[in-house]
Amino acid sequence: MMYFSRMKTMLIAGICLLGVVLGLPNLFPSPAPWLPWRTVHLGLDLRGGSYLLLEVDMKAVLKERLDNLTDSIRQALRPAQIFYQSLEAQPDQDRVVLKLRDASRTDAAVHLLQPLIARDPSTGAADMSIEGNPNGTITLTLSAAALSQRAAGAVDQSIEIVRRRIDETGVVDPQITRQGQDRIVVQLPGVGDPDRIKQLIGKTAHMTFRLVDEAAAPSSGGPAPPGDDYLQMQDQPNQKIAVRKRVDVDGADLTDARAGTNPETGDWVVNFTFNAAGARRFADVTRASVNHRFAIVLDNKVISAPVIREPITGGRGQISGNFTASSANDLAVLLRAGALPAPLTVVEQRSVGPELGADSIRAGAISLAVGFLLVIAFMGFFYGLFGWFANLALLVNLVLMLAIMSLLQATLTLPGMAGILLTLGMAVDANILINERIREEQKLGRPPLQALEHGFQRAYSTIFDSNATAFLAHVMLFVFGSGPVRGFAVTITVGIATSLFTAWMLTRLLVSRWYVATRPKLLPV
Amino acid sequence: MLIKPRFRLVPDGTRIKFMRGRYMGLIVSAILSTASVVLFFYPGLNLGIDFSGGVVMEVRTPAPADFAQIHAALRKENVPDQGVQRFGDPSEVLIRLGAAPTEQGTQTQVARVKAALEQGVPGVKILRTDVVGASVSAELFRNGLLALGISLLMILVYIWFRFEWEFAVGAVVTLVLDITKAIGFLALTRIDFDLVMVAAILTILGYSTNDKVVVYDRVRENLRKYKTMPLRDLIDMSINETLNRTLGTSMTVFLASLPLALFGGESISGFAWVMLFGIVVGTSSSIFIAAPILLFLGEHRLRRDAAAPTAPKVTAQRP
Repeated sequence: MMYFSRMKTMLIAGICLLGVVLGLPNLFPSPAPWLPWRTVHLGLDLRGGSYLLLEVDMKAVLKERLDNLTDSIRQALRPAQIFYQSLEAQPDQDRVVLKLRDASRTDAAVHLLQPLIARDPSTGAADMSIEGNPNGTITLTLSAAALSQRAAGAVDQSIEIVRRRIDETGVVDPQITRQGQDRIVVQLPGVGDPDRIKQLIGKTAHMTFRLVDEAAAPSSGGPAPPGDDYLQMQDQPNQKIAVRKRVDVDGADLTDARAGTNPETGDWVVNFTFNAAGARRFADVTRASVNHRFAIVLDNKVISAPVIREPITGGRGQISGNFTASSANDLAVLLRAGALPAPLTVVEQRSVGPELGADSIRAGAISLAVGFLLVIAFMGFFYGLFGWFANLALLVNLVLMLAIMSLLQATLTLPGMAGILLTLGMAVDANILINERIREEQKLGRPPLQALEHGFQRAYSTIFDSNATAFLAHVMLFVFGSGPVRGFAVTITVGIATSLFTAWMLTRLLVSRWYVATRPKLLPV
Repeated sequence: MLIKPRFRLVPDGTRIKFMRGRYMGLIVSAILSTASVVLFFYPGLNLGIDFSGGVVMEVRTPAPADFAQIHAALRKENVPDQGVQRFGDPSEVLIRLGAAPTEQGTQTQVARVKAALEQGVPGVKILRTDVVGASVSAELFRNGLLALGISLLMILVYIWFRFEWEFAVGAVVTLVLDITKAIGFLALTRIDFDLVMVAAILTILGYSTNDKVVVYDRVRENLRKYKTMPLRDLIDMSINETLNRTLGTSMTVFLASLPLALFGGESISGFAWVMLFGIVVGTSSSIFIAAPILLFLGEHRLRRDAAAPTAPKVTAQRP
């Protein structure tokens, strides 16, 4: 127990040294970019910043899929002159149900609808099933697998677009990750007030160019005629305008959008450029509708509805509509980044200003220093020399914790700092157990070396059992906790692991060296 | 001078008959835990926004906070606040709002509070904004309970595996009693019960188990060593032998937590106070609860082998 081979001694010393080396980067800035400079990350609660948890509106994803399907059904049946009494999307059951007027044509209709089924290229699984009932009812049910695939796709796409939008704002080092099935975590270091970013993320930014139905009268208050939507004007919420449902050009065809000013009026505008397909369609529509009004619709609100003076063939255009410099710029950012596949809602937000973060670091550091000193003083007084061995081990423990957390690039939060402190308090427990045991063994009349041997050996199983349960509890906290609390769980679990090493290996080595050097007649425990 | 230990918490050779106080300990514990359960239902826990949902804003005003001014500013914007309270420093204030029925609505409220403050309280700085939607808070609550439940279960299984079932049951019953007291403490002090408190309770759980395991470990060892000693004396002896360690470790953990409570800042001091309470409860329960339960459960079972030579078991004869 008390004999250490040269190899083992070197190994223990090596680990401690490695800990110092790995911990060092936290104290200095990186001297050269090619050095692997891994440090502990400060959590947003310490450095200031915002954490946003976004939820993708999966109902909207499903609804859009069903709406598209309904549209496709219409288009598939119209040429064959198959008419239906009702055509209804039922989002609760992931299906579209239609009832034919003429039940005898059910088979023909089912046959026509077959091409709507898409198959997974790798598995060959169909994305929906079509069932025809002889009474003329046809049900198209989307498969669960295809839906969840679509949902996953929507989340991935949302992450990409959120990233592009945030990148445009110049936030340094944002982290955007997926969480669970339908959530996205956005971490914005240094952003204490995420209002602007929330605004940018909160818009779907689906832009469409659609003709205005000048014959309809939205002010009459009745329902919109078939094929039209009554949409609000962006600037005048009370005024509605009749816009054709048919989308002539979609915002997805934009290649660029920039804020600028109109040289004549000096007003802020957004200049945009279409890709080839978009430019062609835009040219066709504007050529056919000269002197008619054309609505630019963003998220179901009409930004502006100018009259087309002449065909626009160059694929370039301009949106004007009471913009300020910042609103024009925001719209340009949104258009460049693309539309979100579904609306996002902020379901959790934690923002900390840099001031409070600095306060927390100071408070944490003071507590850490005072706590450390108190524990060291207690151990020194309580156990004398053996207490100081433990204190040295405690210091190494702190260094090793820092090293491992740097290696894992773990995040240090305020609760995490509390965790470090508690770990320090609990880490000496192993030394207390060992020292008490040695003391007992000596009282029983064992000579020093035997007392040491027995003390360390007997204390081992106790140390192991008592730490294992604490370890289990904190692993659970890590699994089920979130945010800063996870930081707490990380520091404690890392601390338990390192304290086993320092208390069990390092103090034993120190004591053994001391014993060999002094050969005391009596152990001062 | 640094070589020799300077003091001992308990003199060596202490022989306190702890098991004489076993009924007392259990009764006091039962009363405290019952009171805690009552406190849990009335007045109940002060749920933090992690679990209740809503908005918390920590703001700093240039001068000591003028509550009338802040209230007026909020009223002007018709913000339904659930309380404005001092938070540590006299110039720092915590404003709390309940959750709106929709996530979007909660977000709108944040913007309104901000606007109201910036208009009505000149020079105000918003230090922190926490917004938790209703769906997330329900989830966080469920996960917190799950973490607690699974931890307890794992501790039960672990101790069962390493010791005997009597030890495992004794430990887990004691832990449950410890937790109820911590919850009673939370209800009494009105400290916000949030995720950090779940962390505190789990840490108390870990610490308290640790403490019980050390005493149990010694009981197990002594059971092998003294084959004929009555369990009651054996438990007393084990507690006395480990008393310096039990008190020593609780001292170090206590000393480590104390600065957090005093200097850790408003957001972590609640955690630290609960920890300090838990350390006291966890340490005393090892001696006065876990050990007596072991005595009751194990009185006849754990000493069966030792009793065998003097009182041979009567085996039922098959007809």
